[in-house]
Amino acid sequence: MLQRLRTRNFIPPADAGVSPLSVSGLSVAYHRQLALHDVNWTAPTGGLVAVVGPNGAGKSTFLKAVLGLVTPLAGTVEVYGRPLAQQRGLIGYVPQRESVDWDFPVNALDVVTMGRYGMIGWGRRITGAHKRAGMEALDRVGMADYARRQIGQLSGGQQQRVFLARALAQEARLYFMDEPLAGVDAATEQTILAVLRELEAEGRTVICVHHDLQTVAATFDHVLMLNRTLVATGPVADTLTDANLRLAYGQRASGLSLLS
Amino acid sequence: MMEALPTAGMGHNTAMVLAGTTALGIAAGTVGCFMVLRRRALVSDALSHATLPGIVIAFLVGLALGVEGRSLPLLLLGAALSGALAVACIQAITRWTRLPEDAAIGAVLSCFFGLGVVLLSVVQALPAANAAGLKGFIFGQTAAMRSGEAATLAVLALVALAGVALFFKELRLLAFDEGFARAAGWPTGRFDLGLMALVTLVTVAGLQTVGLVLIIALLITPAAAARFWTDRLGLMLLVAGLIGGLSGGIGALLSARFQNLPAGAIIVLVASCFFMASLFFAPARGLLARTLRRARLRASLGAAL
Repeated sequence: MLQRLRTRNFIPPADAGVSPLSVSGLSVAYHRQLALHDVNWTAPTGGLVAVVGPNGAGKSTFLKAVLGLVTPLAGTVEVYGRPLAQQRGLIGYVPQRESVDWDFPVNALDVVTMGRYGMIGWGRRITGAHKRAGMEALDRVGMADYARRQIGQLSGGQQQRVFLARALAQEARLYFMDEPLAGVDAATEQTILAVLRELEAEGRTVICVHHDLQTVAATFDHVLMLNRTLVATGPVADTLTDANLRLAYGQRASGLSLLS
Repeated sequence: MMEALPTAGMGHNTAMVLAGTTALGIAAGTVGCFMVLRRRALVSDALSHATLPGIVIAFLVGLALGVEGRSLPLLLLGAALSGALAVACIQAITRWTRLPEDAAIGAVLSCFFGLGVVLLSVVQALPAANAAGLKGFIFGQTAAMRSGEAATLAVLALVALAGVALFFKELRLLAFDEGFARAAGWPTGRFDLGLMALVTLVTVAGLQTVGLVLIIALLITPAAAARFWTDRLGLMLLVAGLIGGLSGGIGALLSARFQNLPAGAIIVLVASCFFMASLFFAPARGLLARTLRRARLRASLGAAL
Protein backbone atom coordinates (compact mmCIF):
# COMPACT_ATOMS: atom_id res chain seq x y z
CA MET A 1 0.00 0.00 0.00
CA LEU A 2 2.81 2.34 0.85
CA GLN A 3 4.50 1.46 -2.39
CA ARG A 4 1.42 2.54 -4.28
CA LEU A 5 1.42 5.73 -2.24
CA ARG A 6 4.99 6.36 -3.17
CA THR A 7 4.49 6.06 -6.88
CA ARG A 8 1.64 8.55 -6.62
CA ASN A 9 3.98 11.13 -5.11
CA PHE A 10 4.13 14.00 -7.48
CA ILE A 11 6.83 16.62 -7.97
CA PRO A 12 5.99 19.29 -10.52
CA PRO A 13 8.75 20.44 -12.90
CA ALA A 14 11.09 23.03 -11.41
CA ASP A 15 9.78 25.86 -13.58
CA ALA A 16 6.15 25.33 -12.54
CA GLY A 17 6.79 27.45 -9.46
CA VAL A 18 4.90 25.15 -7.09
CA SER A 19 6.18 25.50 -3.54
CA PRO A 20 7.37 22.39 -1.69
CA LEU A 21 5.13 23.40 1.22
CA SER A 22 2.13 25.64 1.36
CA VAL A 23 0.27 26.16 4.64
CA SER A 24 -2.96 28.09 4.86
CA GLY A 25 -5.10 29.08 7.81
CA LEU A 26 -3.33 26.67 10.15
CA SER A 27 -4.60 26.88 13.75
CA VAL A 28 -3.86 24.43 16.55
CA ALA A 29 -5.35 24.25 20.05
CA TYR A 30 -4.08 22.27 23.03
CA HIS A 31 -7.05 21.80 25.34
CA ARG A 32 -8.18 25.40 26.07
CA GLN A 33 -5.11 27.16 24.74
CA LEU A 34 -4.68 28.29 21.19
CA ALA A 35 -1.11 27.25 20.40
CA LEU A 36 -1.06 28.53 16.83
CA HIS A 37 -3.41 30.94 15.16
CA ASP A 38 -4.07 31.29 11.44
CA VAL A 39 -0.61 30.64 9.97
CA ASN A 40 -0.35 31.23 6.23
CA TRP A 41 3.00 30.44 4.72
CA THR A 42 4.54 29.31 1.46
CA ALA A 43 8.02 27.81 1.69
CA PRO A 44 10.71 28.81 -0.81
CA THR A 45 11.83 26.08 -3.20
CA GLY A 46 15.17 24.64 -2.12
CA GLY A 47 17.24 25.99 0.72
CA LEU A 48 17.36 26.03 4.48
CA VAL A 49 14.54 27.61 6.45
CA ALA A 50 14.86 28.30 10.17
CA VAL A 51 11.69 28.34 12.25
CA VAL A 52 12.47 30.65 15.17
CA GLY A 53 10.57 32.16 18.06
CA PRO A 54 10.61 32.30 21.87
CA ASN A 55 9.85 29.30 24.09
CA GLY A 56 6.22 28.31 23.80
CA ALA A 57 5.83 30.16 20.50
CA GLY A 58 4.50 27.02 18.84
CA LYS A 59 7.55 26.11 16.74
CA SER A 60 7.37 22.39 17.38
CA THR A 61 3.59 22.54 17.25
CA PHE A 62 3.85 24.09 13.80
CA LEU A 63 6.05 21.22 12.62
CA LYS A 64 3.82 18.58 14.15
CA ALA A 65 0.66 20.12 12.74
CA VAL A 66 2.19 20.36 9.27
CA LEU A 67 3.20 16.69 9.49
CA GLY A 68 -0.24 15.71 10.77
CA LEU A 69 1.12 14.49 14.12
CA VAL A 70 -1.28 16.79 15.95
CA THR A 71 -4.72 17.42 14.47
CA PRO A 72 -5.10 21.09 13.60
CA LEU A 73 -8.24 23.00 14.51
CA ALA A 74 -8.34 24.41 11.01
CA GLY A 75 -6.13 24.83 7.98
CA THR A 76 -4.72 22.93 5.03
CA VAL A 77 -1.22 21.72 4.20
CA GLU A 78 -0.05 21.05 0.66
CA VAL A 79 3.22 19.48 -0.39
CA TYR A 80 4.22 20.27 -3.97
CA GLY A 81 0.68 21.37 -4.67
CA ARG A 82 -1.00 18.19 -3.48
CA PRO A 83 -2.54 17.27 -0.12
CA LEU A 84 0.04 16.03 2.37
CA ALA A 85 -1.55 12.56 2.60
CA GLN A 86 -0.64 11.85 -1.04
CA GLN A 87 2.92 13.12 -0.71
CA ARG A 88 4.23 11.38 2.42
CA GLY A 89 6.99 9.68 0.47
CA LEU A 90 8.53 13.06 -0.34
CA ILE A 91 8.91 13.97 3.31
CA GLY A 92 11.77 13.32 5.69
CA TYR A 93 11.56 13.93 9.43
CA VAL A 94 14.02 14.34 12.28
CA PRO A 95 12.04 14.35 15.55
CA GLN A 96 13.35 15.78 18.79
CA ARG A 97 15.87 13.44 20.33
CA GLU A 98 13.93 13.26 23.60
CA SER A 99 10.86 11.85 21.84
CA VAL A 100 12.07 8.22 21.92
CA ASP A 101 13.43 5.71 24.42
CA TRP A 102 17.16 5.39 23.71
CA ASP A 103 17.37 2.23 25.79
CA PHE A 104 15.40 0.48 23.05
CA PRO A 105 17.07 -2.78 21.92
CA VAL A 106 18.20 -1.71 18.44
CA ASN A 107 21.54 -0.60 17.02
CA ALA A 108 22.35 2.50 14.98
CA LEU A 109 21.96 0.74 11.64
CA ASP A 110 18.57 -0.66 12.67
CA VAL A 111 17.36 2.87 13.36
CA VAL A 112 18.71 4.27 10.10
CA THR A 113 17.14 1.51 7.99
CA MET A 114 13.78 2.56 9.49
CA GLY A 115 14.08 5.46 7.04
CA ARG A 116 13.83 2.90 4.21
CA TYR A 117 10.75 1.04 5.49
CA GLY A 118 8.45 3.18 3.36
CA MET A 119 10.28 2.01 0.24
CA ILE A 120 10.41 -1.60 1.39
CA GLY A 121 6.67 -1.87 2.01
CA TRP A 122 4.35 -3.88 4.22
CA GLY A 123 5.49 -7.21 5.60
CA ARG A 124 8.59 -7.41 3.38
CA ARG A 125 12.07 -8.11 4.60
CA ILE A 126 14.88 -5.56 4.77
CA THR A 127 17.25 -6.44 1.93
CA GLY A 128 21.01 -5.95 1.65
CA ALA A 129 20.48 -2.98 -0.67
CA HIS A 130 18.53 -1.13 2.01
CA LYS A 131 21.17 -1.95 4.62
CA ARG A 132 23.83 -0.58 2.29
CA ALA A 133 21.79 2.59 1.86
CA GLY A 134 21.59 2.80 5.65
CA MET A 135 25.38 2.40 5.93
CA GLU A 136 25.90 5.16 3.35
CA ALA A 137 23.65 7.46 5.34
CA LEU A 138 25.56 6.64 8.54
CA ASP A 139 28.81 7.34 6.69
CA ARG A 140 27.55 10.77 5.62
CA VAL A 141 27.14 11.77 9.26
CA GLY A 142 30.45 10.19 10.30
CA MET A 143 28.82 7.33 12.21
CA ALA A 144 29.71 4.31 10.05
CA ASP A 145 32.00 2.93 12.77
CA TYR A 146 29.10 2.89 15.23
CA ALA A 147 26.60 1.01 13.03
CA ARG A 148 26.43 -2.04 15.32
CA ARG A 149 26.43 -0.07 18.57
CA GLN A 150 23.27 -0.22 20.67
CA ILE A 151 21.78 3.27 20.52
CA GLY A 152 21.78 3.73 24.30
CA GLN A 153 25.58 3.54 24.28
CA LEU A 154 25.91 6.54 21.96
CA SER A 155 26.44 10.10 23.16
CA GLY A 156 23.68 12.65 22.69
CA GLY A 157 25.39 14.14 19.65
CA GLN A 158 25.89 10.71 18.11
CA GLN A 159 22.23 9.88 18.69
CA GLN A 160 21.26 13.09 16.92
CA ARG A 161 23.48 12.13 13.97
CA VAL A 162 21.78 8.72 13.82
CA PHE A 163 18.41 10.48 13.60
CA LEU A 164 19.73 12.69 10.81
CA ALA A 165 21.11 9.63 8.98
CA ARG A 166 17.69 7.99 9.20
CA ALA A 167 16.16 11.06 7.54
CA LEU A 168 18.88 10.97 4.83
CA ALA A 169 18.00 7.33 4.19
CA GLN A 170 14.45 8.50 3.43
CA GLU A 171 15.79 10.33 0.35
CA ALA A 172 13.15 13.02 0.77
CA ARG A 173 12.58 16.25 -1.16
CA LEU A 174 11.32 18.16 1.85
CA TYR A 175 12.82 17.76 5.30
CA PHE A 176 11.41 18.71 8.67
CA MET A 177 13.82 18.82 11.59
CA ASP A 178 12.92 19.59 15.18
CA GLU A 179 15.89 21.25 16.93
CA PRO A 180 18.60 19.05 15.36
CA LEU A 181 21.33 21.24 16.87
CA ALA A 182 19.95 21.37 20.41
CA GLY A 183 22.48 20.29 23.00
CA VAL A 184 24.96 18.67 20.61
CA ASP A 185 28.75 18.84 20.80
CA ALA A 186 30.78 21.06 18.46
CA ALA A 187 31.88 18.20 16.17
CA THR A 188 28.30 17.05 15.73
CA GLU A 189 27.18 20.60 15.04
CA GLN A 190 29.77 20.92 12.27
CA THR A 191 28.71 17.57 10.77
CA ILE A 192 25.01 18.44 10.85
CA LEU A 193 25.58 21.89 9.35
CA ALA A 194 27.68 20.33 6.56
CA VAL A 195 24.91 17.83 5.80
CA LEU A 196 22.33 20.63 5.77
CA ARG A 197 24.41 22.48 3.18
CA GLU A 198 24.71 19.32 1.08
CA LEU A 199 20.95 18.93 1.15
CA GLU A 200 20.59 22.53 0.08
CA ALA A 201 23.09 22.04 -2.76
CA GLU A 202 21.07 19.03 -3.93
CA GLY A 203 18.03 21.30 -4.28
CA ARG A 204 16.14 19.89 -1.31
CA THR A 205 14.20 22.04 1.13
CA VAL A 206 14.90 21.81 4.85
CA ILE A 207 12.57 23.35 7.42
CA CYS A 208 14.30 23.36 10.74
CA VAL A 209 13.07 24.43 14.17
CA HIS A 210 15.98 26.29 15.63
CA HIS A 211 16.51 27.88 19.02
CA ASP A 212 19.83 29.65 18.59
CA LEU A 213 19.39 33.06 16.92
CA GLN A 214 23.17 33.55 16.87
CA THR A 215 23.66 30.85 14.22
CA VAL A 216 20.61 31.57 12.06
CA ALA A 217 22.22 34.16 9.80
CA ALA A 218 25.35 32.08 9.18
CA THR A 219 23.51 28.90 8.22
CA PHE A 220 19.99 29.54 6.98
CA ASP A 221 18.65 31.30 3.90
CA HIS A 222 15.11 31.90 5.04
CA VAL A 223 13.47 32.43 8.35
CA LEU A 224 9.96 31.87 9.64
CA MET A 225 9.36 33.79 12.87
CA LEU A 226 6.55 32.54 15.04
CA ASN A 227 4.98 33.68 18.24
CA ARG A 228 1.65 31.84 18.39
CA THR A 229 1.07 33.22 14.93
CA LEU A 230 3.27 34.18 12.01
CA VAL A 231 5.30 37.27 12.94
CA ALA A 232 7.53 37.63 9.90
CA THR A 233 8.97 35.52 7.11
CA GLY A 234 11.42 35.98 4.26
CA PRO A 235 15.14 35.93 3.48
CA VAL A 236 17.23 36.11 6.64
CA ALA A 237 18.82 39.47 5.76
CA ASP A 238 15.46 41.20 5.36
CA THR A 239 13.58 39.44 8.11
CA LEU A 240 15.87 39.05 11.11
CA THR A 241 15.61 42.73 11.97
CA ASP A 242 15.45 44.43 15.36
CA ALA A 243 11.84 45.41 14.79
CA ASN A 244 10.77 41.85 13.93
CA LEU A 245 12.77 40.34 16.77
CA ARG A 246 11.06 42.69 19.20
CA LEU A 247 7.71 41.68 17.72
CA ALA A 248 8.47 38.00 18.19
CA TYR A 249 10.45 38.01 21.43
CA GLY A 250 9.38 41.24 23.12
CA GLN A 251 11.87 43.61 24.66
CA ARG A 252 14.12 40.75 25.77
CA ALA A 253 15.41 40.50 22.24
CA SER A 254 16.98 43.91 22.03
CA GLY A 255 20.65 43.36 21.38
CA LEU A 256 20.03 39.87 19.96
CA SER A 257 19.91 41.05 16.40
CA LEU A 258 23.07 40.23 14.52
CA LEU A 259 22.33 42.43 11.59
CA SER A 260 22.10 45.86 13.15
CA MET B 1 17.25 -35.93 31.58
CA MET B 2 14.37 -35.94 29.14
CA GLU B 3 13.76 -39.66 29.82
CA ALA B 4 13.46 -38.90 33.50
CA LEU B 5 10.46 -36.71 32.82
CA PRO B 6 7.20 -38.51 33.55
CA THR B 7 6.44 -39.30 29.92
CA ALA B 8 5.60 -42.86 30.81
CA GLY B 9 2.73 -41.84 33.01
CA MET B 10 1.67 -39.10 30.60
CA GLY B 11 -1.44 -39.87 28.62
CA HIS B 12 -2.31 -38.46 25.25
CA ASN B 13 -4.36 -35.75 26.92
CA THR B 14 -1.52 -34.55 29.13
CA ALA B 15 0.83 -34.48 26.16
CA MET B 16 -1.60 -32.31 24.24
CA VAL B 17 -2.04 -29.94 27.17
CA LEU B 18 1.73 -29.75 27.51
CA ALA B 19 2.14 -28.90 23.81
CA GLY B 20 -0.68 -26.35 24.01
CA THR B 21 0.67 -24.50 27.04
CA THR B 22 4.19 -24.49 25.60
CA ALA B 23 2.91 -22.95 22.36
CA LEU B 24 0.94 -20.43 24.40
CA GLY B 25 4.04 -19.52 26.42
CA ILE B 26 6.14 -19.00 23.30
CA ALA B 27 3.50 -16.77 21.70
CA ALA B 28 2.84 -14.79 24.88
CA GLY B 29 6.54 -14.17 25.49
CA THR B 30 7.12 -13.01 21.93
CA VAL B 31 4.09 -10.75 21.57
CA GLY B 32 4.61 -9.43 25.10
CA CYS B 33 8.00 -7.94 24.11
CA PHE B 34 6.28 -5.29 22.02
CA MET B 35 3.86 -4.44 24.83
CA VAL B 36 6.77 -4.02 27.26
CA LEU B 37 8.81 -1.92 24.81
CA ARG B 38 5.79 0.20 23.93
CA ARG B 39 5.08 0.71 27.64
CA ARG B 40 1.66 -0.81 27.26
CA ALA B 41 2.08 -3.65 29.75
CA LEU B 42 -0.89 -2.57 31.83
CA VAL B 43 -3.22 -2.28 28.83
CA SER B 44 -2.91 -6.03 28.40
CA ASP B 45 -3.88 -6.46 32.05
CA ALA B 46 -7.03 -4.42 31.47
CA LEU B 47 -7.74 -6.45 28.34
CA SER B 48 -7.51 -9.78 30.14
CA HIS B 49 -9.62 -8.72 33.13
CA ALA B 50 -12.22 -7.26 30.78
CA THR B 51 -12.78 -10.64 29.11
CA LEU B 52 -14.85 -11.89 32.08
CA PRO B 53 -18.17 -10.15 31.29
CA GLY B 54 -17.78 -11.24 27.65
CA ILE B 55 -17.34 -14.87 28.70
CA VAL B 56 -20.44 -14.83 30.90
CA ILE B 57 -22.56 -13.02 28.31
CA ALA B 58 -21.41 -15.45 25.61
CA PHE B 59 -22.40 -18.31 27.94
CA LEU B 60 -25.87 -16.77 28.35
CA VAL B 61 -26.19 -16.31 24.60
CA GLY B 62 -25.22 -19.96 24.12
CA LEU B 63 -27.85 -20.94 26.70
CA ALA B 64 -30.49 -18.89 24.91
CA LEU B 65 -29.55 -20.43 21.55
CA GLY B 66 -29.69 -23.86 23.11
CA VAL B 67 -26.00 -24.74 22.63
CA GLU B 68 -25.23 -28.00 24.44
CA GLY B 69 -22.86 -27.50 27.36
CA ARG B 70 -20.24 -24.78 27.12
CA SER B 71 -19.12 -23.99 23.61
CA LEU B 72 -15.48 -22.94 23.79
CA PRO B 73 -15.32 -20.95 20.51
CA LEU B 74 -18.41 -18.97 21.52
CA LEU B 75 -16.98 -18.19 24.98
CA LEU B 76 -13.64 -17.14 23.50
CA LEU B 77 -15.38 -14.93 20.96
CA GLY B 78 -17.25 -13.22 23.79
CA ALA B 79 -13.99 -12.82 25.68
CA ALA B 80 -12.23 -11.27 22.68
CA LEU B 81 -15.08 -8.85 22.02
CA SER B 82 -15.35 -7.51 25.56
CA GLY B 83 -11.56 -7.33 25.90
CA ALA B 84 -11.35 -5.32 22.69
CA LEU B 85 -14.18 -3.06 23.87
CA ALA B 86 -12.25 -2.30 27.07
CA VAL B 87 -9.11 -1.37 25.13
CA ALA B 88 -11.20 0.87 22.88
CA CYS B 89 -12.63 2.55 26.00
CA ILE B 90 -9.13 3.19 27.39
CA GLN B 91 -7.99 4.66 24.09
CA ALA B 92 -11.07 6.86 23.81
CA ILE B 93 -10.65 8.16 27.37
CA THR B 94 -6.96 9.01 26.94
CA ARG B 95 -7.59 10.54 23.54
CA TRP B 96 -10.54 12.76 24.39
CA THR B 97 -9.90 13.68 28.02
CA ARG B 98 -6.86 14.84 29.93
CA LEU B 99 -6.91 11.78 32.18
CA PRO B 100 -3.54 9.97 32.14
CA GLU B 101 -3.49 6.47 30.67
CA ASP B 102 -2.87 4.64 33.95
CA ALA B 103 -5.97 6.21 35.49
CA ALA B 104 -8.04 5.27 32.45
CA ILE B 105 -6.70 1.70 32.66
CA GLY B 106 -7.57 1.46 36.35
CA ALA B 107 -11.10 2.76 35.84
CA VAL B 108 -11.89 0.57 32.81
CA LEU B 109 -10.29 -2.60 34.21
CA SER B 110 -12.21 -2.47 37.49
CA CYS B 111 -15.46 -1.56 35.78
CA PHE B 112 -15.36 -4.51 33.37
CA PHE B 113 -14.08 -6.98 35.96
CA GLY B 114 -16.69 -5.90 38.51
CA LEU B 115 -19.42 -6.33 35.92
CA GLY B 116 -18.04 -9.76 35.09
CA VAL B 117 -18.03 -10.92 38.71
CA VAL B 118 -21.62 -9.76 39.20
CA LEU B 119 -22.79 -11.44 35.99
CA LEU B 120 -20.99 -14.64 37.00
CA SER B 121 -22.77 -14.73 40.37
CA VAL B 122 -26.13 -14.18 38.66
CA VAL B 123 -25.47 -16.96 36.14
CA GLN B 124 -24.33 -19.42 38.80
CA ALA B 125 -27.55 -18.82 40.67
CA LEU B 126 -29.62 -19.73 37.60
CA PRO B 127 -31.11 -23.19 38.18
CA ALA B 128 -31.04 -24.20 34.51
CA ALA B 129 -27.46 -23.20 33.86
CA ASN B 130 -24.52 -25.55 34.28
CA ALA B 131 -22.03 -22.73 34.79
CA ALA B 132 -19.48 -24.78 36.69
CA GLY B 133 -16.76 -24.37 34.05
CA LEU B 134 -16.91 -20.60 33.89
CA LYS B 135 -15.06 -20.04 37.15
CA GLY B 136 -12.10 -21.86 35.68
CA PHE B 137 -11.46 -18.92 33.37
CA ILE B 138 -10.58 -16.68 36.30
CA PHE B 139 -7.60 -18.63 37.60
CA GLY B 140 -7.28 -21.17 34.81
CA GLN B 141 -7.40 -24.93 35.00
CA THR B 142 -5.67 -27.40 32.74
CA ALA B 143 -7.07 -30.45 34.52
CA ALA B 144 -10.42 -30.20 32.77
CA MET B 145 -8.89 -29.34 29.40
CA ARG B 146 -9.65 -31.68 26.52
CA SER B 147 -7.04 -32.35 23.85
CA GLY B 148 -9.19 -30.66 21.21
CA GLU B 149 -9.16 -27.49 23.29
CA ALA B 150 -5.41 -27.70 23.70
CA ALA B 151 -5.10 -27.92 19.91
CA THR B 152 -7.26 -24.80 19.50
CA LEU B 153 -4.96 -23.03 21.92
CA ALA B 154 -1.87 -24.09 19.98
CA VAL B 155 -3.36 -22.86 16.70
CA LEU B 156 -4.20 -19.46 18.20
CA ALA B 157 -0.65 -19.20 19.54
CA LEU B 158 0.80 -20.08 16.12
CA VAL B 159 -1.33 -17.42 14.42
CA ALA B 160 -0.02 -14.83 16.89
CA LEU B 161 3.57 -15.94 16.24
CA ALA B 162 3.05 -15.74 12.49
CA GLY B 163 1.73 -12.20 12.93
CA VAL B 164 4.90 -11.14 14.75
CA ALA B 165 7.13 -12.82 12.17
CA LEU B 166 5.34 -11.14 9.27
CA PHE B 167 5.20 -7.65 10.75
CA PHE B 168 8.42 -7.64 12.79
CA LYS B 169 9.73 -4.55 11.01
CA GLU B 170 6.49 -2.59 11.38
CA LEU B 171 6.07 -3.52 15.06
CA ARG B 172 9.65 -2.50 15.78
CA LEU B 173 9.11 0.88 14.12
CA LEU B 174 5.85 1.46 15.98
CA ALA B 175 7.37 0.54 19.34
CA PHE B 176 10.49 2.66 18.84
CA ASP B 177 9.25 5.86 17.20
CA GLU B 178 5.55 6.25 16.52
CA GLY B 179 5.86 9.91 15.53
CA PHE B 180 8.41 9.15 12.83
CA ALA B 181 6.25 6.29 11.55
CA ARG B 182 3.22 8.56 11.27
CA ALA B 183 5.20 11.31 9.55
CA ALA B 184 6.42 8.75 7.02
CA GLY B 185 2.84 7.83 6.25
CA TRP B 186 2.52 4.49 8.06
CA PRO B 187 -1.01 3.95 9.40
CA THR B 188 0.10 3.67 13.03
CA GLY B 189 -3.50 3.40 14.23
CA ARG B 190 -3.84 0.19 12.23
CA PHE B 191 -0.49 -1.10 13.54
CA ASP B 192 -1.74 -0.54 17.04
CA LEU B 193 -4.95 -2.39 16.26
CA GLY B 194 -2.88 -5.24 14.84
CA LEU B 195 -0.70 -5.42 17.94
CA MET B 196 -3.77 -5.37 20.19
CA ALA B 197 -5.30 -8.12 18.02
CA LEU B 198 -2.18 -10.26 18.62
CA VAL B 199 -2.37 -9.59 22.36
CA THR B 200 -6.08 -10.45 22.33
CA LEU B 201 -5.32 -13.73 20.53
CA VAL B 202 -2.75 -14.69 23.15
CA THR B 203 -4.98 -13.60 26.02
CA VAL B 204 -7.98 -15.52 24.75
CA ALA B 205 -5.82 -18.56 24.09
CA GLY B 206 -4.45 -18.34 27.61
CA LEU B 207 -7.77 -17.86 29.42
CA GLN B 208 -8.33 -21.57 30.05
CA THR B 209 -4.82 -22.47 31.13
CA VAL B 210 -3.50 -19.47 32.97
CA GLY B 211 -6.73 -17.64 33.69
CA LEU B 212 -7.59 -14.02 33.13
CA VAL B 213 -6.08 -12.73 36.37
CA LEU B 214 -2.61 -14.07 35.68
CA ILE B 215 -2.28 -14.05 31.88
CA ILE B 216 -0.60 -10.65 32.06
CA ALA B 217 2.30 -12.33 33.85
CA LEU B 218 2.86 -14.66 30.91
CA LEU B 219 2.80 -11.71 28.50
CA ILE B 220 5.06 -9.41 30.48
CA THR B 221 7.37 -11.50 32.67
CA PRO B 222 9.22 -13.42 29.90
CA ALA B 223 9.67 -10.19 27.92
CA ALA B 224 10.95 -8.32 30.97
CA ALA B 225 13.32 -11.20 31.77
CA ALA B 226 14.58 -11.35 28.18
CA ARG B 227 15.47 -7.66 28.22
CA PHE B 228 18.24 -8.45 30.72
CA TRP B 229 19.92 -10.84 28.28
CA THR B 230 20.35 -8.79 25.12
CA ASP B 231 20.36 -5.42 23.40
CA ARG B 232 18.99 -6.83 20.14
CA LEU B 233 15.27 -6.96 19.55
CA GLY B 234 15.32 -10.14 17.45
CA LEU B 235 17.27 -11.99 20.13
CA MET B 236 15.03 -10.55 22.83
CA LEU B 237 11.99 -12.03 21.07
CA LEU B 238 13.71 -15.43 20.88
CA VAL B 239 14.74 -15.41 24.55
CA ALA B 240 11.28 -14.24 25.64
CA GLY B 241 9.67 -16.96 23.53
CA LEU B 242 12.01 -19.54 25.03
CA ILE B 243 11.34 -18.43 28.60
CA GLY B 244 7.59 -18.28 27.93
CA GLY B 245 7.57 -21.72 26.32
CA LEU B 246 9.62 -23.29 29.10
CA SER B 247 7.39 -21.68 31.74
CA GLY B 248 4.26 -23.00 30.02
CA GLY B 249 5.71 -26.48 29.58
CA ILE B 250 7.30 -26.87 33.03
CA GLY B 251 4.26 -25.34 34.73
CA ALA B 252 1.85 -27.69 32.95
CA LEU B 253 4.04 -30.71 33.83
CA LEU B 254 4.23 -29.75 37.49
CA SER B 255 0.50 -29.21 37.76
CA ALA B 256 -0.19 -32.52 35.99
CA ARG B 257 2.14 -34.25 38.47
CA PHE B 258 0.55 -32.75 41.55
CA GLN B 259 -3.16 -32.78 40.83
CA ASN B 260 -4.31 -30.03 43.13
CA LEU B 261 -1.81 -27.37 42.04
CA PRO B 262 -3.49 -24.72 39.85
CA ALA B 263 -1.73 -24.73 36.45
CA GLY B 264 -1.96 -20.99 35.81
CA ALA B 265 -0.32 -19.99 39.05
CA ILE B 266 2.43 -22.60 38.65
CA ILE B 267 3.19 -21.47 35.07
CA VAL B 268 3.42 -17.87 36.25
CA LEU B 269 5.65 -18.81 39.19
CA VAL B 270 8.02 -20.68 36.87
CA ALA B 271 8.16 -17.59 34.64
CA SER B 272 8.88 -15.49 37.73
CA CYS B 273 11.81 -17.77 38.62
CA PHE B 274 13.24 -17.15 35.14
CA PHE B 275 12.71 -13.43 35.69
CA MET B 276 14.53 -13.44 39.04
CA ALA B 277 17.40 -15.46 37.62
CA SER B 278 17.68 -13.03 34.68
CA LEU B 279 17.47 -9.99 36.91
CA PHE B 280 20.46 -11.14 38.94
CA PHE B 281 22.55 -13.31 36.65
CA ALA B 282 22.02 -12.23 33.02
CA PRO B 283 25.47 -11.34 31.63
CA ALA B 284 24.37 -8.35 29.55
CA ARG B 285 22.25 -6.25 31.91
CA GLY B 286 21.82 -8.32 35.08
CA LEU B 287 22.55 -6.84 38.49
CA LEU B 288 25.49 -9.14 39.25
CA ALA B 289 27.22 -8.35 35.94
CA ARG B 290 26.61 -4.67 36.53
CA THR B 291 28.05 -4.76 40.04
CA LEU B 292 31.12 -6.66 38.83
CA ARG B 293 31.67 -4.20 35.97
CA ARG B 294 31.47 -1.27 38.34
CA ALA B 295 33.81 -2.91 40.82
CA ARG B 296 36.31 -3.62 38.05
CA LEU B 297 36.07 -0.01 36.86
CA ARG B 298 36.60 1.28 40.38
CA ALA B 299 39.63 -0.98 40.77
CA SER B 300 41.09 0.31 37.51
CA LEU B 301 40.53 3.85 38.77
CA GLY B 302 42.55 3.00 41.87
CA ALA B 303 45.32 1.51 39.71
CA ALA B 304 45.41 4.64 37.58
CA LEU B 305 45.93 6.79 40.64
